[in-house]
Amino acid sequence: MTDNTKPATGFEEGLKGASETVAEFREEKSLVKKIQHWLHQTPSAVPMIVLVVSVIVFALLSDNFFRATTMSTILQQIAIVGIIGCAQTIVILTAGIDLSVGAIAVFSSVLMGQLTFRFGIPAPLAIVIGLALGTAMGALNGYLISRLKLPPFIVTLGTWQIFLSSNYIFSKNETIRSQDIAEAAPALQFWGNAIQPGGVKVLYAVFLLIVLVAVMAYVLRHTAWGRHVYAVGDDAEAAKLAGVQTNKILLQVYALAGLFCAIAGWVMIGRFGSVSPTASTGVLGNIQSITAVVIGGISLFGGRGSIVGMFFGALIVGVFEMGLRLVGTDPQWTFFLIGVLIIFAVAVDQWIRKVSS
Amino acid sequence: MTEPILYARNLVKRYGKVTALDHCDFDLMPGEILAVIGDNGAGKSSLIKALSGAVQPDEGEITLEGQKVQFGSPIDARAHGIECVYQTLAMSPALSIADNMFMGRELRKPGIMGQWFRQLDRPRMEAFARAKLNELGLMTIQNINQAVETLSGGQRQGVAVARAAAFGSKVVILDEPTAALGVKESRKVLELIRDVRSRGIPIILISHNMPHVFEVADRIHIHRLGRRLAVIRPNDYSMSDAVAFMTGAKVPEEVAA
Repeated sequence: MTDNTKPATGFEEGLKGASETVAEFREEKSLVKKIQHWLHQTPSAVPMIVLVVSVIVFALLSDNFFRATTMSTILQQIAIVGIIGCAQTIVILTAGIDLSVGAIAVFSSVLMGQLTFRFGIPAPLAIVIGLALGTAMGALNGYLISRLKLPPFIVTLGTWQIFLSSNYIFSKNETIRSQDIAEAAPALQFWGNAIQPGGVKVLYAVFLLIVLVAVMAYVLRHTAWGRHVYAVGDDAEAAKLAGVQTNKILLQVYALAGLFCAIAGWVMIGRFGSVSPTASTGVLGNIQSITAVVIGGISLFGGRGSIVGMFFGALIVGVFEMGLRLVGTDPQWTFFLIGVLIIFAVAVDQWIRKVSS
Repeated sequence: MTEPILYARNLVKRYGKVTALDHCDFDLMPGEILAVIGDNGAGKSSLIKALSGAVQPDEGEITLEGQKVQFGSPIDARAHGIECVYQTLAMSPALSIADNMFMGRELRKPGIMGQWFRQLDRPRMEAFARAKLNELGLMTIQNINQAVETLSGGQRQGVAVARAAAFGSKVVILDEPTAALGVKESRKVLELIRDVRSRGIPIILISHNMPHVFEVADRIHIHRLGRRLAVIRPNDYSMSDAVAFMTGAKVPEEVAA
């Protein structure tokens, strides 16, 4: 291969005697550099450390904290935010955002309830229709974002209002009472059932959350589709040139997010007992899920982070809420500290990104 | 005389009132390195995009190995064995080298895990990626699972070239592969280009760097005002002649005659 090498000019003669290596990896790592590299490869490590530390701190501050019942209550309280967080995670991994998640969840739960009680559709069928409609709402977001190229923030800001008001209009602001559901359509409350090993109540919803996170962790890490989700968020143009059908992936991601939200809507019925169009999730679900995602170390710029991190992020919020309540402080401290954590998480994300430079 | 492996006749591409390709011809011979040079705005990019499927010409036809082809997208062209290394490299910085090499054509595990659970065959993908990088002498990359963003510019270019060479069974197109690189890294990439040719894969090299073009190219396609002005051999002309041709200061004898 060196046969017909005929350097056209002499300027590269100056290279003779220079080191022959081209950008080899020098292991000149200081401890800080090593930590930075490790975090770069293990994005869920930071929230895990924060979680462990906060559990230890609260266990020391309050005798009641480190108990099975407390832990199961925390898990129970993050079940809905965690499932909506799964939806938010895949969307944010594509460098998007979904402000309509909470609205889709509430609207889906209302649809399931009203289809059963107003239209007399059998509960299991109503649930399937509710899940399908939730998916369709997500797909509408995906269509507007991937085909019409509208910014995700604007699209979902709009659909958030549209879905939420449709939910009030359709339900006529009526709440379906818990007793009626338990009597006529217990399937709607399925996720509110619990197992009680040793007297500790664990809701089915908690297992559902864990299974969903585990399945999505597998899908994102070990399937081509999951890698494409990351590639779209990382650099959509590059992914397209490399042969990823970016529009299709985006549409699928938003539709799947819609399905997760509808599942969260179903879980809400089990968790609260009743079907209420004014559930706070409709207004706060988006902010709560984005908080879990950000504290979980997932980059808002897309392409980085893991869904397990989101799970830890949701747990951190739950631990803070419960811990501070047990310690007996003003509950506003919870939001104060969560605000600090969000800024800390983003600062760490920025620092980890610098590993490449 | 051998038949060109890839040729185009009378390609026309208009963007509104601007004619980017004006009845342009193009020939690529088997096993050669063909450089494409031209001034800014001469239509080099449009030509390359037409050949790699990124744009669809308004008129004219493209023939690959004697078969008329029409590429609707870069994926189409890839399916025909034409790989392009874009100037931007088209890599996902946060993903690993192996993930990037197989982006859009991942391998799945055999059996139930692959078919039902669609699990990626990471060991096979990693082994293949490592083998390809080794073949091209990119031994300095230790860990096939490191993120592309932790590589230097030259290494990234190397991975992109390796990806194209690994899958480009018929033609590899390189768009300004040395534009962003230092002297040493450019040298490495030029060696890579020769390595790829020594495997019998013809290469189209778009470059502004005359020393590099004159060093590696077998023939030079000079593009001017949306069409092929001439094809010269680097031994017959000097670099300043080539620059004069592409800027219109001089006209090559064959064309003038």
